[in-house]
Amino acid sequence: MPQKNINSTSSTASSTADQRVITYAQAGVEGVREEMLRNPDIFYIGQGIGPRGGNFQQSRGLWQEFGQARVRDTPIAERAQAGFGVGAALAGSHPIVDIVFMDFTLEAMGEIVQQASTIHYISNGRFKVPLMVRAAGGGIRSTGPHHSHTFWSFFAHIPGLKVVVPSTPYDVKGLIKTALRDENPIMFLEHKGLYGTKGHVPEEEYLIPFGEANVIRSGEDVTVVTLGKMVQRSLDAAEELQRNGISAEVIDLRTLVPLDKEAILKSITKTGRLVVVDEAYASCGISAEVAAIVAFEAIDQLDAPVVRICTLPTPHSFSPSTDSYLVPSVVRIVAEVSDLMKKKI
Amino acid sequence: MKRSSTAKNGSKLKQDKKIVLALYRKMVLIREFEMKAKEIFHSGKMPGFIHIYVGEEAVAAGVCAQLHQDDYVASTHRGHGHALAKGVAPRDAMAELMGVVTGCSGGRGGTMHLYDPEVGFLGSNGVVPPGILIAAGAGLSAQLRGTSQVAVAFFGDGGSNNGAFHEGLNLAAAWDLPVVFVCENNFYATEMPFSETTKNTNVASRAKAYGIPGIQVDGNDVMAVYEKAGEAIQRAREGGGPTLIECVTYRWFGHHAGDPGVSYRTKEEVAEWKERDPIGKLRNDSIAARLATETDFQRIDEEIKDVIEESADFALASPLEADSTALDHVFYSPAE
Repeated sequence: MPQKNINSTSSTASSTADQRVITYAQAGVEGVREEMLRNPDIFYIGQGIGPRGGNFQQSRGLWQEFGQARVRDTPIAERAQAGFGVGAALAGSHPIVDIVFMDFTLEAMGEIVQQASTIHYISNGRFKVPLMVRAAGGGIRSTGPHHSHTFWSFFAHIPGLKVVVPSTPYDVKGLIKTALRDENPIMFLEHKGLYGTKGHVPEEEYLIPFGEANVIRSGEDVTVVTLGKMVQRSLDAAEELQRNGISAEVIDLRTLVPLDKEAILKSITKTGRLVVVDEAYASCGISAEVAAIVAFEAIDQLDAPVVRICTLPTPHSFSPSTDSYLVPSVVRIVAEVSDLMKKKI
Repeated sequence: MKRSSTAKNGSKLKQDKKIVLALYRKMVLIREFEMKAKEIFHSGKMPGFIHIYVGEEAVAAGVCAQLHQDDYVASTHRGHGHALAKGVAPRDAMAELMGVVTGCSGGRGGTMHLYDPEVGFLGSNGVVPPGILIAAGAGLSAQLRGTSQVAVAFFGDGGSNNGAFHEGLNLAAAWDLPVVFVCENNFYATEMPFSETTKNTNVASRAKAYGIPGIQVDGNDVMAVYEKAGEAIQRAREGGGPTLIECVTYRWFGHHAGDPGVSYRTKEEVAEWKERDPIGKLRNDSIAARLATETDFQRIDEEIKDVIEESADFALASPLEADSTALDHVFYSPAE
């Protein structure tokens, strides 16, 4: 499994014949396709995921290949999508329920949180719920308050759900395949702003195990723990910090549940400084969880206070200027990390 | 000619008697189970709180008698009757109500989370409307796998006013799923009269909006429920899509065992419905029609009493799960 930065929006130029480059969306399609060929119990439902191939081309070609029995467009009825998914999973199928916009998972929250996540436990292991809920979060070009949320912390809060947040095309394929072989309810939470990004994705089969964070850039002075679209921003910030003589290690969590605590603690032991960059809100978010883990298990390793760089606590603004002000930017990451380097406990 | 016709009639009578006694047995099993559960609950030995199904037995018994073992049922908070009718063993269900390790969900689920994959019982449920969607999803799975299985969702008048009812019926209808939606209209959503929150109180009439058959049936007449459910289940099994059946019935007791159920209902109303006891009706009708005798019924009554006593003894004697297992089963792992 590569531990180097295998995601770059500008990596096309460096690709060679054996370094096939495809988009994040294509990588997801490829992973789903391979698993649907492998497992006849997998089917796919969602809004606009049929002939149209999904709002973000995330299901392109699947309807044409697998037909409309296994790849079905639904009405605008997220509760039905999720609830049908739970029932079908109990009956032995393996549904993919594509909610498309992460914001709309709220419409299906009861089915996901009260039903899907609990049934294996409360049935004493007699029923399993192999269900993948797919949804994309994050803002792109002023998508406004109802189409920009990154709700992964809601789901990571709930016992019984696994939560996956891929940041690169390579990871999308490897993680979505793992998700479809895992017979638990999985929240597969992509990013709208990443679907068009490109990176190397091998044509051959590979799986990326859950619970293994990716140390995507090695560094000595500060650990930046991040996920989703903020991975690339953190890498860009790390480049700039390097020019100022600050060596940042960037860790892409990849899965929030299970969470790779060891990777975080190992890095903190080396750097002594922790920054968490998250496109979700800080309050009660994964950034708070990472900070708490480090406080509890490695506080003696910290040389400075923990910094959280998150989307500011307002609804998402439509205004292009305020929207980009609210979400962590490369400039803000560089500034806050630079400030942190001057601080000591 | 005459002889052959008599023979045919005789065989039909024999068949009818078999059905009558099977339905009677199931209804008495549910009634006695509930009365015993209520007794244990009021003795203070039962954890949590329970919702008693007494008065509505004909619905669960009549519908489930038409189902196969591998068909599916998704149920509600008032789900003991559905579980027993679908084939969950009385002792496994009673033990689950006690939260003990021998329960059908190992004591982790309790009254509102009875599960049994062996008989396709997809759970009683702490929330009613999701069962509508879960049953439809099981039907979708059956359709995709190309089996002839059918799924039944039980819910009440209260559940019929929730958005899941609309989403579930619309999509199940659009996809011709093998599902039967059974609304137990007992006139009260917890303590709220259905008529106070609903303009059109004829639930069956809503089927027209979804382009599927809608049938209203006397939910205290088990033979009527059995017949109508049979038609709907057969249609679903043959690819004819879903049906909405509204069974008009009544719960004798309060919303839960701690609710006397009298502050929002008149004594006269409760007494009137007790007069329409589904068990008494089947018994009287069958004796009048000479389909069965008092002795047949008494024999079943005795038999069920023993089953229930044995179930209660089993449940009360079973241990609680070791607390060291509390963290088990949050996730499925292939090693299981």
